[in-house]
Amino acid sequence: MTAPLGKTAAAPAAVRISGARTVRAGRFSVRFRPRAVAAGLLALAAAAAFAVLCIGSGQYAMGFGRVLDALTGHGSPADTFIVRELRLPRACVALAVGAALGLAGAVFQAVVRNPLGSPDLLGFTSGSATGALVAIVYLGGSAGAVATGAAAGGIATGVLVYALAWRRGVHGFRLVLTGIGLTAALTGVNGYLLTRAQLTDAARAVLWQTGSLDGRGWDNVAPLAVAMAVVVPALLLGCGPALRMLEMGDDTASALGVRVERVRLALIGGAVVLTALAAAAAGPVAFVALTAPQLARRATRAPGPNLLPAMAVGAALLTASDWIAQRAFDDHPLPVGVVTGLLGGVYLVAMLAAERRAGRI
Amino acid sequence: MRPAPTAASGVLLAAAVLLSLALGARHLSVGEVWAGLTDPNAAGYAVVHDMRLPRTLLGLLVGLALGVAGAVMQAVTRNPLADPGLLGINAGASAAAVSAMVFFDVRVFAGYVWFAFAGAAVVAVLVYAVGGGRSATPARLALAGAALNAALYSYVQAVMLIDPAALNAARFWGNGTLASADMGTVRKVAPFIAAGLLLALLLARPLNALALGDDAALALGARPVRTRAGAIVAVTLLCGAATAACGPLVFVGLIMPHAVRAVTGPDLRKVLPYCAILTPAALLMADVLGRLAARPSEIQVGIVCSVVGGALFLVLLRRVKAVAA
Repeated sequence: MTAPLGKTAAAPAAVRISGARTVRAGRFSVRFRPRAVAAGLLALAAAAAFAVLCIGSGQYAMGFGRVLDALTGHGSPADTFIVRELRLPRACVALAVGAALGLAGAVFQAVVRNPLGSPDLLGFTSGSATGALVAIVYLGGSAGAVATGAAAGGIATGVLVYALAWRRGVHGFRLVLTGIGLTAALTGVNGYLLTRAQLTDAARAVLWQTGSLDGRGWDNVAPLAVAMAVVVPALLLGCGPALRMLEMGDDTASALGVRVERVRLALIGGAVVLTALAAAAAGPVAFVALTAPQLARRATRAPGPNLLPAMAVGAALLTASDWIAQRAFDDHPLPVGVVTGLLGGVYLVAMLAAERRAGRI
Repeated sequence: MRPAPTAASGVLLAAAVLLSLALGARHLSVGEVWAGLTDPNAAGYAVVHDMRLPRTLLGLLVGLALGVAGAVMQAVTRNPLADPGLLGINAGASAAAVSAMVFFDVRVFAGYVWFAFAGAAVVAVLVYAVGGGRSATPARLALAGAALNAALYSYVQAVMLIDPAALNAARFWGNGTLASADMGTVRKVAPFIAAGLLLALLLARPLNALALGDDAALALGARPVRTRAGAIVAVTLLCGAATAACGPLVFVGLIMPHAVRAVTGPDLRKVLPYCAILTPAALLMADVLGRLAARPSEIQVGIVCSVVGGALFLVLLRRVKAVAA
């Protein structure tokens, strides 16, 4: 029974190692955990369902079935127009931004090895806000200028944090503290820019800073989608395996053959680009990047950064929050950032309870 | 306190007070400042006595409060990076005060200061707990503070979106400013800050013992639980009152205790009095800088603090090796 595994070994053999299964087909093998796959698929289904619900809600309300009919081309012309031209782009922005933030958060939390290490706490979204505010207050603030400003501000802040934290390599804790210091300084700058603005501009800037999906269209989702097409495969396939080892500490990872600094730079760079472009598309939506990876980890019960499930959970979180934001007060839709901000509060309290159970406080 | 450093600190404080009274949209000479303080008929009376004097006094009180609160927090958390602004305590006070203004229509200081105390106290306990209690590392505590700051910030923004009038008031007050000071506010805030200062000074000796670890502190006759509770009360009084008076200020309570410790060493019985003298001087200098940087308009002191303080914080990070996770 020692026949070599070749293309003739058609029947996939399932091998069980510590809750993980391996499926082999010829030279290729995939190792997966059934629970993680199920959790990821469930989150994906939830994201799709909430996206459909979002498309159906609004002044011209439609049921679940009618939206699906319109999406598949079987609806009335009016329904099809409203769904495909007006509301589908917004739902796509929500899905893409949620997925991008979920992935960026998972990468950051793994790199700094802390469940609170997410890009919105480390200055990148504050930098995006600074860029957008400059565009609104000083440059007239067309939608394109605001998006460009946000992307440029976020990426510039990423470069600055990395450079300032560098000291014969970038360690997680130094990155965290540098980011927090810079966030506080940028918050001051943002506050100053707000006081320079006319009241109407200030209201617009505050709305932007909260994170909102109102009036988002295909031109908002395009840059993010292009970036994700490049960055997501690079992060998942290029850095994913190294990231798992990085979580065990720099020394262990480098003993296992990981070029620690190079991988870390690539990881941080990819995550910063995702965060900045997500902010350019929908504003700095708070706490999705912080909570999505944690929820994903709890749902899959798998070790490691859980990058793919985190993306799915991020998309589900953002679409669900948007649905709640639209439905909470009938006459007064909230920006989605208000709902995710409250979510962050709930998450912190849950963390508190977990710490208490662990007996640390 | 040794005479030479005490005299130097006193001179610095006096210089800061004089600059704060003399400089601004209209610069005044020392003689004009004196006339403006004492002679109701002098040309500068309205500027110096009615505007710059309350502003300077408020700056003194708030600086004292934040410096002492920062030093106490750094001692009780045994964490060199603790700061009432960075750990979200000022944000908690300001979120509670904004709620009072918008939802309960409390527009007077004597009303919303109590909300600010409640907010500061809740966040002080929360950040200590989320940050991991006694097993907290500097990075962890700072992250817990950043997360609370972010949550409170999005809450304040949501409130501002609902109520445009609050947006207009809070976008100035929310940055931290001394410009709206009047003698009424100074008189109302002073007792709270005095009480907080007194409590902090009484805690100096037990907090010194706590620095050796709880077991050693117990052996020395200190009571760790009671001391920590007292420290939280003191920090709440100081930060709540300071934030209610002039909005949230960040980094003031972080940088100054470091500067002071570099001279005095770690003994809180020396650190606290020097912080109480030198932090007000630094805050007044920051305020003067904000007035000079954008004449004839001005930049709020909170913004100067966060930008200058942020730069100093980054320098500090590179110097302090002990912040290793």
